[in-house]
Amino acid sequence: MIELKNISKSFGSKAILENISAGFEKGKTNLVIGGSGSGKTVLMKCMVGLLEVNSGEVFFDGRNFSSLSFKERKPFRQEIGMVFQGGALFDSLNVERNVMFPLSMFTDMTDAEKRDRANDCLKRVNLINVTKLFPSELSGGMKKRVAIARAISPTPKYLFFDEPNSGLDPQTAILIDNLIKEITEEYQTTTVINTHDMNSVLEIGDKIIFLHEGKKWWEGSNREITASNNNELKNFIFASKILRELMEKN
Amino acid sequence: MNYFFHLGRYWQFLRLLINKPEKFSIYLKLFFREMDAVGFSSLGIVAITSIFMGAVITIQTVYNLVNPLVPLWAVGVVTRDSIIIEFSPTMISLVLAGKVGSSIASEIGTMRVTEQIDALEIMGINSSGYLVLPKLFAAVLIFPFIVIISMFLGIAGGWVAGDLSGVISSAEFIRGAQDSFVPFNVTFAMIKTVTFGFLIVTISAYQGFYTTGGALEVGQSSTKAVVFSSIMILVFDYILTQLILA
Ligand SMILES: Nc1ncnc2c1ncn2[C@@H]1O[C@H](COP(=O)(O)OP(=O)(O)OP(=O)(O)O)[C@@H](O)[C@H]1O
Ligand SMILES: [Mg+2]
Repeated sequence: MIELKNISKSFGSKAILENISAGFEKGKTNLVIGGSGSGKTVLMKCMVGLLEVNSGEVFFDGRNFSSLSFKERKPFRQEIGMVFQGGALFDSLNVERNVMFPLSMFTDMTDAEKRDRANDCLKRVNLINVTKLFPSELSGGMKKRVAIARAISPTPKYLFFDEPNSGLDPQTAILIDNLIKEITEEYQTTTVINTHDMNSVLEIGDKIIFLHEGKKWWEGSNREITASNNNELKNFIFASKILRELMEKN
Repeated sequence: MNYFFHLGRYWQFLRLLINKPEKFSIYLKLFFREMDAVGFSSLGIVAITSIFMGAVITIQTVYNLVNPLVPLWAVGVVTRDSIIIEFSPTMISLVLAGKVGSSIASEIGTMRVTEQIDALEIMGINSSGYLVLPKLFAAVLIFPFIVIISMFLGIAGGWVAGDLSGVISSAEFIRGAQDSFVPFNVTFAMIKTVTFGFLIVTISAYQGFYTTGGALEVGQSSTKAVVFSSIMILVFDYILTQLILA
């Protein structure tokens, strides 16, 4: 369970996030949706401590994360996995080494144990036979999957995904979504996903918060979202005319 | 104003480096890899630069030395000393700033804009230490060897060029090169080299680390890395010479 309490963040005089509060549950896929520039990435970076909030607090299972210093956050970090928008794989390491990296850094596992664990994780994301390739030799979808494997290799309790399926074809996107959902349920992680993909919203949106101009505009689940009367949310979901017409027909 | 901002942030960046490595064995592995990237891979260009530099210094010194009271073998002394005190440490460091500095800045800058640095941070790794310390130790350890090699090659280049062009005979050059050798000059050169190595790595890493944007900005960072490390090499060359030799 992750709780946000009145998070505000500005860059200089420009307010990006204003007073955001929300709760994200364990074993569920929690979505943060909103248009480009609405502050999704900034919010996620504030949650994981890559950016410092101006005010407000982030709690991980009741433990106040935002009040800790860099050093005090260290043990927390090993419970957090994050998949970045572009994958952020280490260019100088091959696929297997990328997935083994967090293990090499923080555990005393032997090389064989680490390799086994890495290969388990790669199998989990349906990647086999690519272990010796370098990131530059992978397609976008494969990179995302390797990044997921790397994020889950140290068995984190909290998983963060920044637009996990942007830039992927619809089928691969759904594959990735399902994978995230399965992993979340299997490992009972608290999972937060930034997205503006409507498919994901409808498919895996157990809990959704909608950001607009740095404020939380709406919150609910995928069952409630299409029925919402919130205008900004409607404009966001039904950006396509065809979709709107289809919905109105039903 | 802008300069003070960078100076302050550079200072902070240096302080971030001082941190206990998460895992010593991994840093050690990186260190060996960097010894190759930072040092050995530059030997070719260093050799070429040094040989030609020595050759030019010898021929120019002969050309300028028209005073009949000064014996010709003094050319050997002048060549040796200018190579040891100034040309090898400073010029080779400038060459390394171009080669090593730009590659450090673009490597770290690319890691920044593709969020690889964020990925390190999220795992709880002190990213600046992880990325910079192995390079820094490699450079500070390897640069002195490179500069010593450059000294030998430079003097050898002068000797061969003097003989081939007939401006100074082999025997006279060698007589001069062995005359009144001051060991402290080599120590002084090593002090300079280590300082320059530190400047090249930290300035270039700083430029890369604070890159924002994309590929274009990575290119700009790597240019800035070369420009600023070259300028700082020259500034510190002056400062150290003033402090130690004056
Ligand atoms: N480091 C920064 N300094 C200043 N402004 C920033 C910084 N990072 C983000 N911003 C600003 O914050 C706003 C929100 O950006 P953010 O990246 O969170 O958007 P987003 O919702 O993730 O968009 P997208 O869907 O395109 O990824 C933007 O207006 C952006 O310009
Ligand atoms: Mg974003």
